[in-house]
Amino acid sequence: MNNNEDNRAHIINSIKNKVRPDGRSCEEFRDVKVEFGVIATAEGSARVTIGDTIVLAGVKMSLDKPYPDTPDNGNFMVNVELLPSSSPEFEPGPPSITAIELARVTDRGIRESKAIDTKDLCMEPGKLVWGVLVDICTVNSSGNLFDACSLAAIAALKDATLPETITENDNTVVDYKHKTDKKLPLSKTPLGVTVLKIGDTLIVDPDSAEENVFDTRLTITSMEDGTLCAMQKGGNGPLTVDEITKMIDLAVKKAGELRKKL
Amino acid sequence: MGYTERFDKRKMDELRPMEAKAGVIKNADGSAWFKIGKTEAYAAVYGPRDLYPRFMQDPSKGVLRCFYNMMPFSGSGERVRPGQNRRAKEISMVTEKALLPVLDLSEYPNAVVDVFIDLPQTDAGSRCAGICAASIALANAGIPMKDLVSGIAVGRVDNAVVADLEYMEEAYEDGPVADIPMAIIHNTEEVTLLQMDGEVSKEMLTEALKMGLKVSKKIYDVQVKALKDSYSDKGDKNE
Repeated sequence: MNNNEDNRAHIINSIKNKVRPDGRSCEEFRDVKVEFGVIATAEGSARVTIGDTIVLAGVKMSLDKPYPDTPDNGNFMVNVELLPSSSPEFEPGPPSITAIELARVTDRGIRESKAIDTKDLCMEPGKLVWGVLVDICTVNSSGNLFDACSLAAIAALKDATLPETITENDNTVVDYKHKTDKKLPLSKTPLGVTVLKIGDTLIVDPDSAEENVFDTRLTITSMEDGTLCAMQKGGNGPLTVDEITKMIDLAVKKAGELRKKL
Repeated sequence: MGYTERFDKRKMDELRPMEAKAGVIKNADGSAWFKIGKTEAYAAVYGPRDLYPRFMQDPSKGVLRCFYNMMPFSGSGERVRPGQNRRAKEISMVTEKALLPVLDLSEYPNAVVDVFIDLPQTDAGSRCAGICAASIALANAGIPMKDLVSGIAVGRVDNAVVADLEYMEEAYEDGPVADIPMAIIHNTEEVTLLQMDGEVSKEMLTEALKMGLKVSKKIYDVQVKALKDSYSDKGDKNE
């Protein structure tokens, strides 16, 4: 444990002097790579690599009954699976609070931006709508899953095409074997960027070591024009309004850089 | 008539194209990726590490645990609900039995070796692909092993005995089908996984098993190559 404490103190100290464990500057991302259409069984998919962090996102479409309170809206949901294969810290079993928070923050970023107009997913009001489910699985977890998940979800949605439908005994069902060339309607590209506060220093794209020592984090999802559509503060430390403003400026700038990868 | 030509024009004993790589998941103590046709499996090994709760420990040797998991988007039809269902639990169990005979865990009393098998996309033969990946990953993790295990599904489609069935063949409707997943220890040619569903005569079954033994050598070569590549510049180092 002593060793751990020393390591912790060392990282905090060096970040105070604007030196990060891997030599990056505070506002620098690790290498970011986005690959589209990597999963044949999904309607849309993407693999996102940020440094050593790798996540896979897949879109599955289904024909569902709409919820009674939104009869002419399709369904949309994001789910995150923190696979125990991707880190010794993840365990098999029901989703942890970490996985739930990741999924909900990613979900909100896309939902609230109205990038997907759920009205476009309506086939027959009150009866039949498209359900769009984005699942994100971690392959190797080495920090900054928030941004990786957000980028992967948008990339997979961008890649997605609607499957064919067929009518069987008066019921319309999905014909998963055949994809149409109709793209999923995606009008905006909201992207989340997480800014960490360690001591008084703000950094982006934390690796695992940095995530172990942070005081506060703020995930900010923004669109092309800089409009914000979702935020989530985490960690035990407080933030001043001045710090929040700085974090937003940084996140919007970095989101613009990430958007070029799409 | 019968089934004289395969849907994808393969020879009856021809396997789909294979690819494999060791050391693909940095966090793991050993890992591998194995692809056969459109079926793809990741395997990650963690351990030997402490096993809790303590009543699960074995003071005479280490314990092997396997977890087979289909990613939600990996099925050709509807989304697969996440979490261990009955099917996944059974496959995890038979995977353990398929791998145990080649492992020597006597040096690791009270410890556990966890093998996580995750499938990003599937087109039949996923438990066999999982076993192939797991076998490479265990060797990559440096767990003492006598040999590698290769998994392959053989079977009959109508009048033909075939190797490495794809989904279209498993779902063949114009005649009887038998699907026989098996796993083979390379040197001893012993069978460590054997399941069968469908309809088959004893003669056809024997023929299928012999075909399985023969073609498993090709899988073994791919597995060995993946391990060797991980020590050259071609593969990723797993440190």
